[in-house]
Amino acid sequence: MNPKRRNRLLIIALVVSGVGVAVALALVALNENINLFYSPTQVVRGEVPQGHTFRVGGLVREGSVRREGQDLRVSFDVSDGAHTVTVDYTGILPDLFREGQGIVAQGKMNGNGRFVADQVLAKHDENYMPPEVADALKKAEQEGAVANPHGPQ
Amino acid sequence: MWAWLHRLGSPKRFYGWSGALARWSGWLSLLLGAAGLYYSLFDSPPDYQQGESVRVMYVHVPAAWLSMFIYMSIAAASLVSLVWRIKVADMVAAASAPIGAWFTFLALATGSLWGKPMWGTWWIWDARLTSELILLFLYLGYIGLLAAIEERDTAARAAAVLALVGVVNIPIIHYSVEWWSTLHQGATVTKFDKPSIDLDMLRPLLLMALSATLFYVTVVMRLARCELLERERDSQWVRALVDERQGGESAR
Repeated sequence: MNPKRRNRLLIIALVVSGVGVAVALALVALNENINLFYSPTQVVRGEVPQGHTFRVGGLVREGSVRREGQDLRVSFDVSDGAHTVTVDYTGILPDLFREGQGIVAQGKMNGNGRFVADQVLAKHDENYMPPEVADALKKAEQEGAVANPHGPQ
Repeated sequence: MWAWLHRLGSPKRFYGWSGALARWSGWLSLLLGAAGLYYSLFDSPPDYQQGESVRVMYVHVPAAWLSMFIYMSIAAASLVSLVWRIKVADMVAAASAPIGAWFTFLALATGSLWGKPMWGTWWIWDARLTSELILLFLYLGYIGLLAAIEERDTAARAAAVLALVGVVNIPIIHYSVEWWSTLHQGATVTKFDKPSIDLDMLRPLLLMALSATLFYVTVVMRLARCELLERERDSQWVRALVDERQGGESAR
C-alpha cells in the first residue's frame, strides 16, 4: 500500500475510533437514563426517583393478579426473583399480559409502598414457537418433573 | 488480487458485470420473495403467545437487518472511496442511501404496528427503538449532505466521512437489547446460542431476508449504473456502447 493511502486509512481509523470512544463514554455516563425501567430490587432499596414518574419492570408473580369489583381496577405483584413490588392499575391491560409474563409499568410510588401505574406494557421474549410445541414442552416438563423429581432442571 | 479488484472497479468493467448481477439477483429475489411470502402467510404456525400477529416479523426483521446491512455497505464503500479513490464506490454508496432509508422506515413502521397489539404502545423511547430512529436520521443526513454540496467530489467525501462516523451506531443498535433494559426483546437468530425460533418460522424469515438482500443488490446496481452512464457520458466506452445499441436498433 502506498504511503498516501496508508495515511488516509490511518486518519479514518483514528477518527472513527475517537468518535467511538466519545460515544461509549457518553453512553456509560448516561447508563441509568438509557435503561427503560428499574427492577423491583432497585425500588425496594430506594434507588428510584422519589415523587417522580418512573418505570418498573419484571415478571408478574403467579397467582398475584387481583381484580376488585366489576371495574377495570387490577393489582398484581411484579418480581425480579429477589424482591416484589405491588402495582395498582386502572385500565385495559395488553393482550400479552398474564401471570408469569414480563411487563413494564409506568407510574409513581404512593405513600404506603405501592406502585400506582398509569400505563402497563407487556414484554415478550425472544422465543417463537407454535402453540402445539409450547404445550408439548410444558407437558414434557411436568412429566419429567414427576418421573425424576431430583433430575437436573 | 489487488490488481484484479481494481480492474473490477473500473467504470467500464463495473458496467459490464453489474448488469448481469442486477438481472440475476432480481429474478432470484422475486422467486425467494414469492416462496417467503407463501410460507409466511399460509404455511407457518401462529406463535404460542402472539398468535397470528407474529407474521409481522417476516417483514419487520428482514427490514431491520437490511437497514443495518445497507448502512455497513455504505460505510465500506465510503472507506474504499476515501482511501483508494475508486469512483464506483462513491456511486454505490450514494445509490444505497435511499434504499437503506426506506428499509429503516419500514422497520420502524412495521415495528410500531406490531408493538401496539403486543406491547400495548406504538412507540417507546427504549434503547433499541431510539437507536434505530437515529439510524434513519443518519440516512437522511447522508442524503441531505450529498444533495447540499454542489461540487460532486467534495459532496462524496463529506458524506463518506459522515457515513464512517455513523458506524458507531450500528453496534449500539445490535447490542442495545443486551446492554440496557428495553421493552424490545433480545436477539433470536443472531446470537451465539441456537436460534430460539421454530424451524417452520425460521424458514420464511430467512427466505424473506435473503429476498430483501437480493432486492437491495438489484436496485443498488441499477441506480449505480444510471449514475455511472451519466457521469461517464463523454468517455470512449460509453460512446461505443451507445453507438452499438443504436446501430443494433437501426439494423432491425
